[in-house]
Amino acid sequence: MTTFQLNGRTVSPDSPGDAPLLWVIRDDIGLTGTKFGCGIAACGACTVHVNGKAVRSCVTPLSTMAGAQVTTIEGLDPKDAHPLQTAWIELQVPQCGYCQSGQIMQAAALLKTNPAPSDAQIDSAMNGNLCRCMAYVRIKQAIKLAAARMQGAKA
Amino acid sequence: MNRHLPSAAFAPSRRGFLIAATASGLLFSFAGAGPASAGGGYEPTLWYAIDRDGTVTVHVVRAEMGQHVGTATARILADELEADWDKVRIDHVDSDPKWGLMVTGGSWSIWQNFPLMSQAGAAGRIALIDEGARLMGVDPAACMARNSVVSGAGKSITYGEIVARGELKRSFTAQELAKMPIKPVAERRLIGKQTAARDIPGKTNGKAVYGLDAKVTGMVYARPKLPPTRNDSVVVAIDDSAAKAVPGYIESRALEDPSGTVTGWVMVYAKSFVAATRAVDLVKVTWKAGSSAQVSESDLQAHAMALIADRKAGSMVVDDPGVDAAFAGATKTLEATYTTASALHFQMEPINALAFEKDGVFEIHTGNQWQSLVLPWLAKALGRPETSIVMRTYLLGGGFGRRLNGDYAVGAALASKAIGGKPVKMVCTRADDCRFDSFRSPSVQTVRMAFGEGGRVTAMEHSACAGWPTEVMASFFMPKGMNGVPYDPFAISGANHWYSVGAQRVRAISNDLANRSFRPGWLRSVGPGWTNWAVESFMDEAAHAAGQDPVAFRLALLDAAGRNSGAADGPSAVGGARRQAGVLNRLARAVDWGKPLPANTGLGVATTFGQERDMPTWTACAARVRVDPASGKVKVEKLTLVVDAGTIVDPGGARAQVEGASLWGMSLALFEGTEFANGQVKDTNLGAYTPLRMADVPEMEIVFVDSAEVPVGLGEPATTVVGPAIGNAIFAASGARVRHLPIRPKAVLEALKART
Repeated sequence: MTTFQLNGRTVSPDSPGDAPLLWVIRDDIGLTGTKFGCGIAACGACTVHVNGKAVRSCVTPLSTMAGAQVTTIEGLDPKDAHPLQTAWIELQVPQCGYCQSGQIMQAAALLKTNPAPSDAQIDSAMNGNLCRCMAYVRIKQAIKLAAARMQGAKA
Repeated sequence: MNRHLPSAAFAPSRRGFLIAATASGLLFSFAGAGPASAGGGYEPTLWYAIDRDGTVTVHVVRAEMGQHVGTATARILADELEADWDKVRIDHVDSDPKWGLMVTGGSWSIWQNFPLMSQAGAAGRIALIDEGARLMGVDPAACMARNSVVSGAGKSITYGEIVARGELKRSFTAQELAKMPIKPVAERRLIGKQTAARDIPGKTNGKAVYGLDAKVTGMVYARPKLPPTRNDSVVVAIDDSAAKAVPGYIESRALEDPSGTVTGWVMVYAKSFVAATRAVDLVKVTWKAGSSAQVSESDLQAHAMALIADRKAGSMVVDDPGVDAAFAGATKTLEATYTTASALHFQMEPINALAFEKDGVFEIHTGNQWQSLVLPWLAKALGRPETSIVMRTYLLGGGFGRRLNGDYAVGAALASKAIGGKPVKMVCTRADDCRFDSFRSPSVQTVRMAFGEGGRVTAMEHSACAGWPTEVMASFFMPKGMNGVPYDPFAISGANHWYSVGAQRVRAISNDLANRSFRPGWLRSVGPGWTNWAVESFMDEAAHAAGQDPVAFRLALLDAAGRNSGAADGPSAVGGARRQAGVLNRLARAVDWGKPLPANTGLGVATTFGQERDMPTWTACAARVRVDPASGKVKVEKLTLVVDAGTIVDPGGARAQVEGASLWGMSLALFEGTEFANGQVKDTNLGAYTPLRMADVPEMEIVFVDSAEVPVGLGEPATTVVGPAIGNAIFAASGARVRHLPIRPKAVLEALKART
């Protein structure tokens, strides 16, 4: 049995060690904000944070999570008010919304390491996250808005 | 082509309106009137209710798949009702016959809902004012409604109080409804104003619930083992000995499907999705494969070419006298053939459904765009009446037309039925989803034009051949052509364009081999997504052949004369081709048309009427591209779009639709295409299938024409213009003419070599 921290809570799910983290989170633990898209780490819908880094949970075996700190969209901010989440609402980013948990988690990891990314850096960090509604224009605008606010808050 | 839809489904002019008090509040409903509802007195179709605390609940029958349709629909109603928007709730309903036709597609939702919801809201407002005035003891003529409050003669009363204290019972006849005074534009308080879509917050914090998230206690998981062909494969033997080693594996069963929807499926059951997924790979099934196991993309396209060459094949959608004579007497003719490859929906949420029987009702929990289409299939498959089946509604992780075809619900329902109605959650992997996709059929189109004295256009003929989704799945939707042959309106619209080209012929041809070999699907923008690839590429070629500027050439043909005046196409088409010329003119100014550009850079235009002649969304696009002559690679630098969609209900949502739809057009033009290979699509996941990503997004400029005309559709029209605009831009940049979608660098290189 693998024990890890999920959104600050200790969990020891029943699934076998080779079960992908995505399905452990969705079906064992019951947090469904993390989505299944491609199953091969190529769409980004399943993105979560493992020890602060963006990881594709659909190809991450449960057994590798021992002692890890895992954060899902549900745990990104206690009030669902991370600057990215508020920017996402303000700029009305989501369309169907299915990929957006992954987009936000990917963007949150980016802003942690690069608080003021350039357009090219955003493209590069976000290119693995497919948005089939192609809401890319607003995703990018919202990342820049959130980054500017987070920078402003620090200043 | 909307005129061919079952009109009773959304024809407010035929229905009266009823307002009735209930224990909890007021119901506002359209009522069937006249012979259609004889016997039952009336059949209320409930649209909204107001309860005693003033909460207005709007029942939305359209699927929420990213277009924020609930918000827009409710705002149309709330505006006329003079309701306080903060008191309005949106309820996406489960299937029920009382809703009438349940379909979300064709960019129809707002176009259809606008008159319905406006009249419903206005009727409610009038009734509330009358009753509020009575309660206050003042003359209704002295009263007005605003923000869910009726006021007059210095007094006021809220809608909630009227509902709680009043004795409101009112009906409006169909005639009264038709004359219902809809507010003038200047009095609109919600329509056309920026708003926050109600579905968005839950999509930023993981709380939004999609079909994939549906669960019930005690459910088992299932994943289908798919047969070698979409149709006609027969299960011969199942060997699950290896699968038994997978912890959690339960069993495998061949599904019996009287509806023929999921023929040849073997369902693999397990205690978790992970176990089901792994077991499927270990279960060995022997099938007798269907006939399409030997069919590939080149066979489909060769068949289409042969059908086009057969002058007797197909349905004459337009067939003016004098076409052949004009070609025979032409001073010059031009002919070109355009093709498109198979294209996948690839909606992000793979198809899935949860099904079980409970209290004598079969429940299907899934996201779906056309409940009214799949319910009869479910009834046939399950061997029970439609009245004992309900589709529970969820958010869709992308629709794009994939979920118009609810075939996946049949697989889940049969999986549950096979184990006595116990709950089964069927989830397809991405590869399953692609293999079972109702993808966009490959197509072949041949377009000809005749020129007479002085280079005048005297005739045009357009023949289009593809698999027909409507023929396969919804033949009741097929109108007849002028030669009496039925056609799929969603596989030809666009070819019946608004250019005045003299004698015109439009021939729609069903690719029967495609129809048999797979299940062709409706994909975002349907027919106009590929017919305009031919029309608008050809218009460019014709302009160059005539030695004219491509914009000027089009404008001269968009003269709004004869059938292109708009007069014959209903109230939404007011202005006709004049409005299409309007968006093209505006586009030309916006992009500084004619201005010299750097080497290997070109500007191309295309213009369409969106989806259908009687619901035209006048759209024009300019693509600026750079072509690398060494590699054939095309970089789209900028897309500029001008859209006249009449009244815009939700400006932010409208822009989002055009942003997404135009990038879809670009993705289908440059990045998306697969091929049918031995009975299956070749590409079944990312890596092989490559939709547009963030780094590919060009600079974008979107202009909406300010208009008070009838609101039309926005989900698809922008998809129809981008491909040909890019193709024409490639020609402008390099002289290379490409005639196949998607445009791959290799094709550009070949076209560069073929330059004359």
